Amino acid sequence: MSDGGESEANKPRAIVIGHGDFSAGLVSAVDQICGMAGRLVGLSMMGLTPEDIEKAIRAELDRTGARVIFTDLPAGSATLAARRIVKGDSSVVLVSGVNLATLLDFVFNTAVSPSEAARSAADRGKASLIVVERS
Amino acid sequence: MGIHLYRIDDRLIHGQVVVGWGQPLNARFLTLVDDLVASSDWEKELYRMAVPPEMDIYFADVATAIRDHASYAADPRPGILIAGDIESMHRLVKGVKAIGSVNLGGIHYRAGRAEKLRYVFLTPAEERQLRALEASGVEVTAQDVPSARAVPLSEVLEGESK
Repeated sequence: MSDGGESEANKPRAIVIGHGDFSAGLVSAVDQICGMAGRLVGLSMMGLTPEDIEKAIRAELDRTGARVIFTDLPAGSATLAARRIVKGDSSVVLVSGVNLATLLDFVFNTAVSPSEAARSAADRGKASLIVVERS
Repeated sequence: MGIHLYRIDDRLIHGQVVVGWGQPLNARFLTLVDDLVASSDWEKELYRMAVPPEMDIYFADVATAIRDHASYAADPRPGILIAGDIESMHRLVKGVKAIGSVNLGGIHYRAGRAEKLRYVFLTPAEERQLRALEASGVEVTAQDVPSARAVPLSEVLEGESK
């Protein structure tokens, strides 16, 4: 339970950005599972220059007060743009390689700081990658 | 082996390059030719962190890339050379005289540029530079990812805002 009350807990706490419709798909999946899409802002970087990607992320961070950025590929333009933002703002945290398990952990974890929630979410996301083979 | 792809892309190193082209080409090194990046340790570190461990990355300004091109070309591993703008690639081609083809991978909108393809926007001056590049014997095509058709420069330049 958030110590900030229901309305505070439902404010966007993270930006999700990636290639194509990646972020819209992930946010939609979060909504279908737990109805908490409002805690995330999905952005697409399709057709944007690196400068425009950085501007778009900064604008959403400013507008929402979110302090966490989730990106898809470590080598992606969004990740590089987010790294530039993190370099200049120690209150912002970047998690690259996001998956659905990462976001589900994050949206429920409102009782801790964004940085702690991001670390916990990253651990959960890594643990969700499993290989199942017939033995 | 050596350089398998000479690409102009204003996003420099990103998913399309590292994964989209890097995997099918089995690229084992990237050469990033950009005067600004080559002069900044922070920028170099930023791009170095974006490259998977199995890939080496080399940074060069245009003058250094001209000087060292023979060693990139003689590298036994397949590689990709990226320039961030037409001007840099144009200078490199003129200085090296051994580059047979150039790929337009991403030149995005900014003031003064007109849309030619979804991922190629050009100013009139840039159009002239590309025509000059082709007139010098270099094949210029636009192709963002390997599965797309390589669009000849003449066709790119016929493109209109969509």
